[in-house]
Amino acid sequence: MAILVDENTKLVVQGITGRDGSFHTKQMIDYGTNVVAGVTPGKGGQSIHDVPVFDTMKEAVEGTGANTSVIYVPAKFATDAVFEAADSGVKLIICIAEGVPTQDMAKVTSYLKCKGVRLIGPNSPGVTSPGYCKVGIMPGQIFEKGTIGIVSRSGTLTYEVVHAITQAGMGQSTCLGIGGDQIIGSNFIDILELFREDAQTEGVALIGEIGGTAEEETAEYIKARFNKPVVAFIAGRTAPPGKRMGHAGAIISGGSGTAEDKIKAFEAVGVPVAEIPAQMADLMKEKLNK
Amino acid sequence: MKLQEYQAKEIMKAEGIPVKSGKVATTPEEAVKIYHELGGKVVIKSQVLVGGRGKAGGIKLASNADEVKEKATAILGMDIKGITVKKVLVAPAVDIAAETYIGIIIDRKSKSPVIMVSPAGGVDIEQVAKETPEKIFMTRIDPFLGVMSYQSRALASKLFSEPDLIKKTAKVIHQLYNIFERNDASLIEINPFCTDTGGNVWAVDAKLVLDDNGLVKHPGNEDLRNIDEEVTEELEARANDLSYVKLDGNIGCMVNGAGLAMATMDIVKYFGSEPANFLDIGGSSSPEKVLAALKIITGDPNVKVIFINIFGGITRCDDVAKGIIQAYDKLSMDMPIVIRLTGTNEEEAKKLLQETKLVSVGSMAEGAQKAIELASS
Repeated sequence: MAILVDENTKLVVQGITGRDGSFHTKQMIDYGTNVVAGVTPGKGGQSIHDVPVFDTMKEAVEGTGANTSVIYVPAKFATDAVFEAADSGVKLIICIAEGVPTQDMAKVTSYLKCKGVRLIGPNSPGVTSPGYCKVGIMPGQIFEKGTIGIVSRSGTLTYEVVHAITQAGMGQSTCLGIGGDQIIGSNFIDILELFREDAQTEGVALIGEIGGTAEEETAEYIKARFNKPVVAFIAGRTAPPGKRMGHAGAIISGGSGTAEDKIKAFEAVGVPVAEIPAQMADLMKEKLNK
Repeated sequence: MKLQEYQAKEIMKAEGIPVKSGKVATTPEEAVKIYHELGGKVVIKSQVLVGGRGKAGGIKLASNADEVKEKATAILGMDIKGITVKKVLVAPAVDIAAETYIGIIIDRKSKSPVIMVSPAGGVDIEQVAKETPEKIFMTRIDPFLGVMSYQSRALASKLFSEPDLIKKTAKVIHQLYNIFERNDASLIEINPFCTDTGGNVWAVDAKLVLDDNGLVKHPGNEDLRNIDEEVTEELEARANDLSYVKLDGNIGCMVNGAGLAMATMDIVKYFGSEPANFLDIGGSSSPEKVLAALKIITGDPNVKVIFINIFGGITRCDDVAKGIIQAYDKLSMDMPIVIRLTGTNEEEAKKLLQETKLVSVGSMAEGAQKAIELASS
């Protein structure tokens, strides 16, 4: 089981010959991910870590049967890479690139909806289903197979929580970052819908941050439809208003998007919010033992 | 990236939107000169990138040369929310009949641009949204189709009932959307969008915010950046591809990843102290970026202790370690440094750092507590 990626994932890496693409292809293969192809325009015919490189996504998918793509190309080329992936026949695209223009993402998400293709990211650290498959840039050694689903707007903060949950003796079903940008392919609710149907997942740790109202909407969704234990953490309690805190989407504007509002929204629907990341493991234990 | 009112007005004017644009002055004498060129009543408006200029006394009307000089003198050099006014826009005053609002934003929820209009213009639109939400009208725009004529007509008719004004307003909505899309803006706004007693429409104020992520597509727009209103360290950080926000505490933080960087600030506060900054060295970080980051942190006189919190993913711990070693070589880092390193290439990094005098900790919570303890000793 697990969600999004598993033993049936056949991965194509877009931007496989770049510094990050090449490094993380090796890491993913070492983790056990089935990387079947890479794409870099103009470098078709080469191979990297024994993975064949193609010039186009179409050739890569036709030649290898790849069903999932991961994008490591620089932000400037990422929009085009997502469109190319969507037209190639893969059903899941995971975009690591950070800094994709927001209006491009408006077009991308609208197009993918018509095509029936799911996008995770951009500005995502990837998706890992421990024991099956790791796609993206997460450090593989922190995971342990288990029953906790983890979904986050952040990258490294996600690792922090995974680490805490693993150290507390719990494992993970699937762990993913949905991306820190204003417009992203899949939001918290889209992912909770998948965790809801996943038999392996018993509880969910959700990591939000300042900016926007996605957490408030998710709290309403949880109240209405989500029947598994959820614990949360919100980053940015100390963030000053009006300043973008690294992530394009992490900004308190016009008094909206504060950590305080998000924490209140979760607590109001019975989702406990950790004060520091490591506490998430304790809260999860308490929730599961009830 | 926020633009000044006069910059936004120049772009709107070039697009064909009716704007009483005026000219920018940096001295009272220049302001008087512009007044003589324009002839008639003028408005003198401070050019700073913060809201609430009117309330702060940064916008004044003047109807003769003496008044222009007096009011420009008062506004230039004035402090508005921590920003010193260096420029004023001197523009012809409009005989306002009605004040409305037109704006375009990116809506996260519908993942599209949204056009907002309100007959309640001239006041803070967030206040209107809070107090009288029924006075705000919104239409979602398909990013592939752009604004359709029926949409602009419907929106314009929420503001005016006269056919001629509806027509003129609808045209402005299309023109605003063109600017918004062509420049990868994240916000464009005319507030107030006014009618005068002669039945004309005017953009009396203008706001334009460009998407930082979109600047790569429009390198020319970098020239519009208002460098003198930005914090020097934040500019230096951007030049090195880092994100940095200065705060007031004494624990300097260097972290990889924005979420973890925020959580690191939060945990410093949780254990009873205050962070000196937000600093994200980003994903694919090189030793050079780490060196640049430490240079910015050590340049802050408030910093007593540096807390480095790295959880390597795409960031390789050995790259960070190399940067720290270079920093010891090139910077005067006499304050204690607490470091937490884990993740990709952690072992290589720890070997590299064996010889240094860093205080190594096993967790983020331990690191924060240790840093606070060292800062107060």
